[in-house]
Amino acid sequence: MHCTENMTRQSRGRSGTASLTRAALVLALAGAPLLAHAADGVATGDTSAKKIAFSNSYAGNSFRQVMVKSWQEVTAAAAKDHLIADATVVSANNSVTEQASQIQNMILQGYDAIVILAGSDTALNGVVKDACAAGITVVSFAGIVTEDCAYKVNYDWAAMGKIEVDFLAKKLNGKGNLLEIRGIAGDSTDADISNGIHAADKAWPDLKIVNTVYGQWTATVAQKEVAGVLPSLPKIDGIVTQGGDGYGAAMAFKASGRPLPLIIMGARQDELALWKSEHQANGYETISVSATPSVSQVAFWVAQQILAGKEVPKYVEVPLLQIDQSGLDAWLAKVPEGGAANPFYTRELVTQMIDANIHHTALPPIPAPK
Amino acid sequence: MPEAAILNSGSHSLWPRRETLETALPFLALLVMLGIIFAVRPTVFSYFGLTLLFKLAIPLMFAALSQMLIINLGEIDLSNGAFVGLVTCIVAVYLEKAPGHAVLLLVGTVLVYVAVGWLISVRKLPSIVVTLGMSFVWLGCAIIILPAPGGHSPAWLIDAMRWKPPLMPLPLWTALGIAVIGHWALKSSSYGIVLRGAGANPKSVARAGWSLVKARLLLYAGAALLAVIAGLFLSGITTSGDPNVAPGYTMLGVGAVILGGGTFNGGVVSPIGTVVGALTLSLASSVLSFLQVAPVWQIGAQGLILFLVLAGRVLIGGRRL
Repeated sequence: MHCTENMTRQSRGRSGTASLTRAALVLALAGAPLLAHAADGVATGDTSAKKIAFSNSYAGNSFRQVMVKSWQEVTAAAAKDHLIADATVVSANNSVTEQASQIQNMILQGYDAIVILAGSDTALNGVVKDACAAGITVVSFAGIVTEDCAYKVNYDWAAMGKIEVDFLAKKLNGKGNLLEIRGIAGDSTDADISNGIHAADKAWPDLKIVNTVYGQWTATVAQKEVAGVLPSLPKIDGIVTQGGDGYGAAMAFKASGRPLPLIIMGARQDELALWKSEHQANGYETISVSATPSVSQVAFWVAQQILAGKEVPKYVEVPLLQIDQSGLDAWLAKVPEGGAANPFYTRELVTQMIDANIHHTALPPIPAPK
Repeated sequence: MPEAAILNSGSHSLWPRRETLETALPFLALLVMLGIIFAVRPTVFSYFGLTLLFKLAIPLMFAALSQMLIINLGEIDLSNGAFVGLVTCIVAVYLEKAPGHAVLLLVGTVLVYVAVGWLISVRKLPSIVVTLGMSFVWLGCAIIILPAPGGHSPAWLIDAMRWKPPLMPLPLWTALGIAVIGHWALKSSSYGIVLRGAGANPKSVARAGWSLVKARLLLYAGAALLAVIAGLFLSGITTSGDPNVAPGYTMLGVGAVILGGGTFNGGVVSPIGTVVGALTLSLASSVLSFLQVAPVWQIGAQGLILFLVLAGRVLIGGRRL
């Protein structure tokens, strides 16, 4: 134990050849290019005997299934590199009592860290408090808990809205008509993104949001809804979206014979493929902004880094996946048909995120695959 | 002759009678499961470990006792879980900010529950159908009060559920307390005989001059009150409310009553057995995760454990449930 703490302190103080060699070795294994930067970011305390559990509230849709799969991939790789002893994942069937009792079992089973995607932001606070009292590191992500002792890993949804509006404002020189495609009415994420869009739009008086439809983050629904309002709309210059809906919106415009406006894309394969074919045909240029299911890997590395001795702020903001014209081909090549772009988060990238959160600097972008 | 007598009595002491075995079964099942968990992780056998292990069994014990009073009448309540969910919503939304409001609503739900029970017994309606319908009514009311899980339970309630009493963890004290009170009320008190008779043999109870209506209403009121307590404690543990928090309580409650020695014939239930049965069933999923059974197998395996334990009762008892 003392040895662990020593090593952590040494490596953070950039002294001790043994720990530096060790850090270099681990970095080489993980294939990270930024040795100098990472050496002062990644905590290398010995976590080879630590066990991390993931309590997932629901595994019944494709987003969650990819999320669980991403978790299993990253934990298997980490176990192979002796960064953890064991990791498990348990999914509750959208039942908060079931999830609470699963977390209680994890506490009793002696896990060192518990990663939670909560089915309710308040109902697990009791058991999270129990876990903290037992000395267990608790990291909640995406569906976060409000209990103070838990670390929270999440996206800044309002920032997503700002990125979209800022891009369109630049492209359109601050002037034009926008159509907004929202997600599902009553959903908190939907409200956060939309509020971000409208707040950012206030800065551009000539950039008007002329209509709003709900596309349910689904291409077919978005197509139907957009087609329904199109006849009543003036010329549309740009479309602000929430991801998953860009392809459907484009199809609606094509069917009506109108010119394709600037559509902010999500990370699904159909959206990226359409963008590429339009670019090849007439130089169409846009961006893609989205959340990724592999955010479970970010939560894993945050938990691992806390166990390794790194100081981590209670709230860690995760950068959204942004794809621009230069990264489009590389991403599209990696995305299976019917799937979505899903980066593999390395320990180094997550550590950079943590450091950016500590220093309140810009979050590191997610690099395009090679 | 003396030899035979000795042999005879000897065999008696070695092989306990069927009834004794049947009474002991829920305890045995509980001990076996605890044994497995302690073998895998000895550290669970501590004040802290037992508290965590049984914490969520507290509301389940009350829900099971509520179900027991209905089964005692030879009926079944399929709305129990939804009712408990509604109570957690009322508690999480109103109890802190408008306690008067919350109490009024809770009293109102109890009155409706009793009225429905009265309707079932007076009109001789099938309780399965009526309570199944009521389960959707309760769920609907809960969703109106709290459309999405959330709200906040009052701090005193949360603190009460985190209370660390001396000697034994809170869940075990609770189990002991309600088992003793339940046993006294139903098995030892003189009116308890009337309450059980209302389910076992209503005609003779009526002929003996007791009011059947009063006994039935008392049982329904008791069941509603126990379900309210279950919801209150559940929302104290989860610190919030959720319309869909406890659908499993309906069937787990029935399972606990039967496991604890009850039958569907009416009049034959055991409060002590029901409490132990609830503790046992709440352990079933824990045992599986301690044995590292893969999550996809857990739901099926949990059912298998339930089936085995209940089958054990039928085998020992040698009679119909």
